[in-house]
Amino acid sequence: MSAATSPLDSVRSWPLRDRLGYFAAWAAGMALIAIAAAILIYMGYRGAQYFNLGLLIESPSSSLNQAKSGGFRDPLIGTATLLVLSTLIAAPLGVTIAVWLTEYGRPAGLARAVESAIEVVAGTPSIVLAMFGLILFQEWFGFLTFDAEGAVLGRSFIAAASMMSLIALPLVVGATREALNSIPGHVREASYALGKTKAATIRRVLLPAARPGIGTGAALGMGRVAGDTAIVVVLLGATLQILNGGDGGVFGFFKGTGGTLTSYVYYNSPAGEGLAPEKAYFAAFVLLGVVILLNFVVARLARRREPAWIR
Amino acid sequence: MPTEGIAARLPGRRGPGPGASSAAGTGFWSDARVERLLGAVACLVLLLIVGMIGFVFAKAWPSFADNGLAWFASGGDVDLQLEDIFASPANPAEYVYHLRAWPLLWGTFVVTAGAVTIGIVFSLFAAIFIVEFAPSQVNRVLEPVVRLLAAVPSVVYGLIGILVIVPWVGEHLISLERKESVANLVQLDGASISVGILILTVMIVPIMIAIVVDALRAVPRSWTEGAAALGANRWRITWTIAVRTARPAIVAAAVLATARALGEAIMLSMVAGSASFAPNPIDGITFLFEPTRPLASALVENVEGLSVVPFGETLFAFAAVLLVSSMFLSLAGFVAKQSMRKYGVRP
Repeated sequence: MSAATSPLDSVRSWPLRDRLGYFAAWAAGMALIAIAAAILIYMGYRGAQYFNLGLLIESPSSSLNQAKSGGFRDPLIGTATLLVLSTLIAAPLGVTIAVWLTEYGRPAGLARAVESAIEVVAGTPSIVLAMFGLILFQEWFGFLTFDAEGAVLGRSFIAAASMMSLIALPLVVGATREALNSIPGHVREASYALGKTKAATIRRVLLPAARPGIGTGAALGMGRVAGDTAIVVVLLGATLQILNGGDGGVFGFFKGTGGTLTSYVYYNSPAGEGLAPEKAYFAAFVLLGVVILLNFVVARLARRREPAWIR
Repeated sequence: MPTEGIAARLPGRRGPGPGASSAAGTGFWSDARVERLLGAVACLVLLLIVGMIGFVFAKAWPSFADNGLAWFASGGDVDLQLEDIFASPANPAEYVYHLRAWPLLWGTFVVTAGAVTIGIVFSLFAAIFIVEFAPSQVNRVLEPVVRLLAAVPSVVYGLIGILVIVPWVGEHLISLERKESVANLVQLDGASISVGILILTVMIVPIMIAIVVDALRAVPRSWTEGAAALGANRWRITWTIAVRTARPAIVAAAVLATARALGEAIMLSMVAGSASFAPNPIDGITFLFEPTRPLASALVENVEGLSVVPFGETLFAFAAVLLVSSMFLSLAGFVAKQSMRKYGVRP
């Protein structure tokens, strides 16, 4: 928008009402910066104060004694596992849906419905997704979850990751659609003119061109997944240690329950009666670091230029 | 962008060219098969979401059926009612469902409305600042700042709230007389709706700013230049032309932020006091310091009881209320965003 400004239009000459608005706008902008700076500085200060690399590699244990309750290796592994698993589900699914919506989208009514459904998921509170996941994994997919002496609780890494992927899904779909829509029509036409089928065009031309967009969406989704607590509490059990859900092996690990950094912070804060604020602060500091790193990746990916041929 | 036009998807616009159609049908990955495959995946997700709505309601039904519309009314102590439900006999015929959820609903409403009201004003001014007045160096800082505020996990906000802001409010802002005045009802220790609203505002502001900034940037230049040519100053131009054009986007921002605020569970359960108490506006300023417990927080705090059938069904009733509200809000936000198109402006 940015209207043309003349040198005569200085703020001093404005009526009082306009000047008030102008200062309110400045105040709002400065307040934003101040809040972000306060959060960063405070968390950085606390993180440095309780800095202890040993916490990262120690397993947690339940003990009232602070010195004996261990570190948060398991929650760290839990967060990493959830990030990988849920991205593995959300990215292919999201890209498929985005491609179908932008390149096919017939019948139009169905496309409208899918679009609204994605919109609905985007707005659904994660705690509600978690409750739905519980029905799903208790009643139908119990074999994918941790069972405690025959009782199916509907909790496992698989259950949590598949519901987490629903949080990331709208972000992947949105970013991929945006990327696909920004590819000009003549690129597709050039591909058709060379005798490629539509399917081949999508696979060899459109998807490679949309890769930065897909990456942005996936990284955004990972940021949300790393920060979510409600699904972890409901579907992962939010236990201190990772419990293997089977007779060992990778599948047993995925069937097991565990916790993440978010649930660790929650249960170690006064709200969760853990009463270990030092550990909560340091875990929150690490968590914030993970999220900021993902954000940095998003910024880098978003800035990356598309291949020269699509411009 | 999710609002990309329907026209773009009409058959023909991006249909395969003549060369493509003759080549289609070769090999396993023929066009028709790929289209059906992709469509099937999309339908699967659609089915999942429709299933979610159906199943959550099916699970929630006993609680609603037993209480009728009184479910939404006030009466009694919700915490005690939840305890009774939790302790109900194992025999399905004797399940207890009695619940009057009003304090939870009211708590959700107060906190959400407060945060969205403050947030929309704040983010409108912040968006104006970003689009119109901020020097480019400041904007270079503001962009990552907004992204950071959106990305900070709610549990980190909650941690800062419960360890820093809540004790401070409890010590410095609430006088002893105020604590004593309501001591027979609730304990005022700083964990309160005002802290909840404050932090929730910070959490939802980035979404609103992003939407409003996009809309303000999409206002056609010629319109603002026209106003400038008529001698309006920059503030007037922004306020009367740009903000007015962006009104649908402001509505969309408020609606989508409301959906986000409704679902915020963890942070609010940490800082809002987690007492099923309906703060009373008649209490004057004390009202701001009274604790509450929104619906989503009540869900998170009670998940341990899910395996008790009637209790689980009651929790699913909470989830159903949240689901319906957020569903309507997302769709309303979607529609509101579309309406800017009628000016030929694409947010």
